[in-house]
Amino acid sequence: MIFDWGYAWDILPQLGRALVVTLQATALGMALALALGLVFALARRSRYRVVAWPAAAVVEFVRSTPLLVQMFFLFYVLPVAGAQMSPLATGVIALGIHYAAYCSEVYRAGLEAVPRGQWEAAAALNLGRWRTLRAIVLPQAIPPVVPALGNYLVAMFKDTPLLSAITVVELLQTAKLIGSETFRYVEPITLVGALFLVLSLISAAAIRWTEQRLRLET
Amino acid sequence: MIRLRDLHKSYGALPVLRGVDLEIPAAQTVSVIGPSGSGKSTLLRLLMMLDRPDAGTIEIEGESPWRMTRNGREVPADERHFRRVRGKVGMVFQHFNLFPHMTALGNVTEAPVHVLGLPPREARARAQEYLAMVGLADKADAYPAQLSGGQKQRVAIARAIAMQPKIMLFDEITSALDPELVGGILQLLRDLAARRTMTMVIVTHHMAFAESASDRVLFLDGGRIVEDGPPGDIFRNPRLERTRRFVEAVKGGTEAAGRGRQ
Repeated sequence: MIFDWGYAWDILPQLGRALVVTLQATALGMALALALGLVFALARRSRYRVVAWPAAAVVEFVRSTPLLVQMFFLFYVLPVAGAQMSPLATGVIALGIHYAAYCSEVYRAGLEAVPRGQWEAAAALNLGRWRTLRAIVLPQAIPPVVPALGNYLVAMFKDTPLLSAITVVELLQTAKLIGSETFRYVEPITLVGALFLVLSLISAAAIRWTEQRLRLET
Repeated sequence: MIRLRDLHKSYGALPVLRGVDLEIPAAQTVSVIGPSGSGKSTLLRLLMMLDRPDAGTIEIEGESPWRMTRNGREVPADERHFRRVRGKVGMVFQHFNLFPHMTALGNVTEAPVHVLGLPPREARARAQEYLAMVGLADKADAYPAQLSGGQKQRVAIARAIAMQPKIMLFDEITSALDPELVGGILQLLRDLAARRTMTMVIVTHHMAFAESASDRVLFLDGGRIVEDGPPGDIFRNPRLERTRRFVEAVKGGTEAAGRGRQ
């Protein structure tokens, strides 16, 4: 079997357009995961059990069920419940919630690493709970966990092909479509792998750079 | 003005305070001495409202931080009431607890801007004055990691003073310092006490300091105030044998006692 470079070059633009969808899903999904993960982490630490317990239950549930099942659930069950969304939006929400559960554990580790004395100093200065969190605790809790959050960014990126299962035409789905039209799978699938590799390496480098910058600032 | 009535506090099964009654009038400087585990730090934590007493009452200027009256009935305090009372008290900690991601100036301006609502420009000007007062006029832009222990504690003192509390608590603030830095911090405390602008409650192992700088000394043992009087009485003519023994033991090895607990 020979790898046809000319053919690979021809299909690259089509894969590039699909890559935009993949990147979109990753960026939006990660934004959701970062925000929602922090909400979960804070809710779990709440002194009110009616807040802490449901948050803990959601996190454990999401972490204990497969992402693909969650996607199918959102894709097939939500419309029945009356919520109509595009497949991409559904996918973004599924990725976001799934990774939010993992990110919340990372945030939790970061929050727990902030010494109790910091909270107490803030209390002695009569800072309110939100100001303490926003200005004192989070700026110390988050920089050390950026690498761990970054790992989930890469992991999520690599999970985006699952979106093809709910009809999102992302990178892998596009490669399969190209293959089924031309009966040549080697080039499209190989290119998909290569694109994932290159982008994963780039994001890993970006995370390292962010991490270093954060370390220099403190 | 502080008024404590029959204050009790346990951590788990361990009773730490077992009935503390105390009144401290405004602007008095009180040193609290006593062996390790006698409840000195716990007393300060309750006064700072970092912990809640199991039983008994705390009044700061006539108000409980934990209870309030509404429509003539006593009810649990809401956040607003709690913070109003808490704002009357400030504290300096053994381990400084500076905010490591903020400069010295940032540490001193954070609460005045975000709690008292001072305009940032004014808060910075005042913070510079407080930093100058503690001898760190040139360290405003330094981060805590760039400061020595003594300098950190000076920033922490400036930070607490910037909130202009009526009552200031000092929890073994020289215990984590190298010996050569202790004198300077104690002198700063003396200067503050001499101004008579705040009630000061100082937990310390420095008997000479307690004797010369305070109006009054409390000796805590086993979670109770067992002796309470002017420093001359406590140090030279104690009522109890165990007070005398404690004072002598600590005087014999001030450094060891002062630096032993980390």
